[in-house]
Amino acid sequence: MDPYALKMLNAERRARRAAILVTDLGDGRDRIVREGDQVAGDLGVAVARAFRSGNSGSVEAEGRTFFLNAHLPQPRLVVVGAVHISQALAPMARIAGYRLEIIDPRTAFATSDRFPDVTLHAEWPEDVLKREPLDSYTALAAVTHDPKIDDFALKAALDANCFYVGALGSRKTHAKRVERLLALGASADEIARIHAPIGLDIGAASPAEIAVAVLAQVVHAFRSRGLEVKGAAA
Amino acid sequence: MENSIYLDEARDPLIIAEGWMKDGKDVAIATVVETWGSAPRPVGSHLVIDADGNFHGSVSGGCVEGAVVTEAIDVIDTGKARMLEFGVADETAWQVGLSCGGRIKVYVERLG
Repeated sequence: MDPYALKMLNAERRARRAAILVTDLGDGRDRIVREGDQVAGDLGVAVARAFRSGNSGSVEAEGRTFFLNAHLPQPRLVVVGAVHISQALAPMARIAGYRLEIIDPRTAFATSDRFPDVTLHAEWPEDVLKREPLDSYTALAAVTHDPKIDDFALKAALDANCFYVGALGSRKTHAKRVERLLALGASADEIARIHAPIGLDIGAASPAEIAVAVLAQVVHAFRSRGLEVKGAAA
Repeated sequence: MENSIYLDEARDPLIIAEGWMKDGKDVAIATVVETWGSAPRPVGSHLVIDADGNFHGSVSGGCVEGAVVTEAIDVIDTGKARMLEFGVADETAWQVGLSCGGRIKVYVERLG
């Protein structure tokens, strides 16, 4: 392995950016491909697929065998609101492989008693997100439907290009939220990225069912990352 | 690094390899490039080895690391990469309870 490639790969991984180490298994030469880099031909198709799935593997292209080692940051799921839905969502997200953390400044809600074994921040989103900024491998679900708590986090999620942004609340609630986010400086296109009402439409009624709908929507957003931008790349 | 929230720097093989390189050590990197059946570690997993035989990471559940380390020291000497293949579930492994039941292919290369 090229020492420069290793340094570059580790720098990308530390910064929570996706990268693929492409190694020609014939001559051992390697290079780093970052998300958004242009790679031509069959290799490019395989690279795009690996970025989306996170799966590593060998591929035949241009008469050579390449090994693609995909390094994707572990997806995080930040939930604003230590509510009933979040209590169901926490164990489900863990099983699905998402690192979940919950932010809620209301100390009566954010208790370890209600959320055993969950990373809990009984603080305002402003303070937590300053320490642990959101990024494009983070999903944010705002479920307090209290503007004082949700709005800042939603705006921050749009600014950070989170791969998923969802907000609990009826269409009417969301219409008011849209007005507030516009006033905070978000564009209409950005606001259109917010999934509201939150969750896939599966007719969810109970808090646990809503959690299923939210998690399914997060998974869908994660696995279709970049598709809307780059067109139908396989 | 403020953003490395979930990178376990102390145990991450590629971070350790970079550290060894900075310390002026000769390093080999082994990577699982293919698996068949129920292999213990997924494709892409790393074992990193220095010239003294110190290693971090894994390419199996501990079944074949010893053999990979031996090969890696050769690879460090010659600079020539190698492809190794292991059947994980041999009779001995079965007897000591490591019946992973798969096969793996491991690419071993020198760093630099």
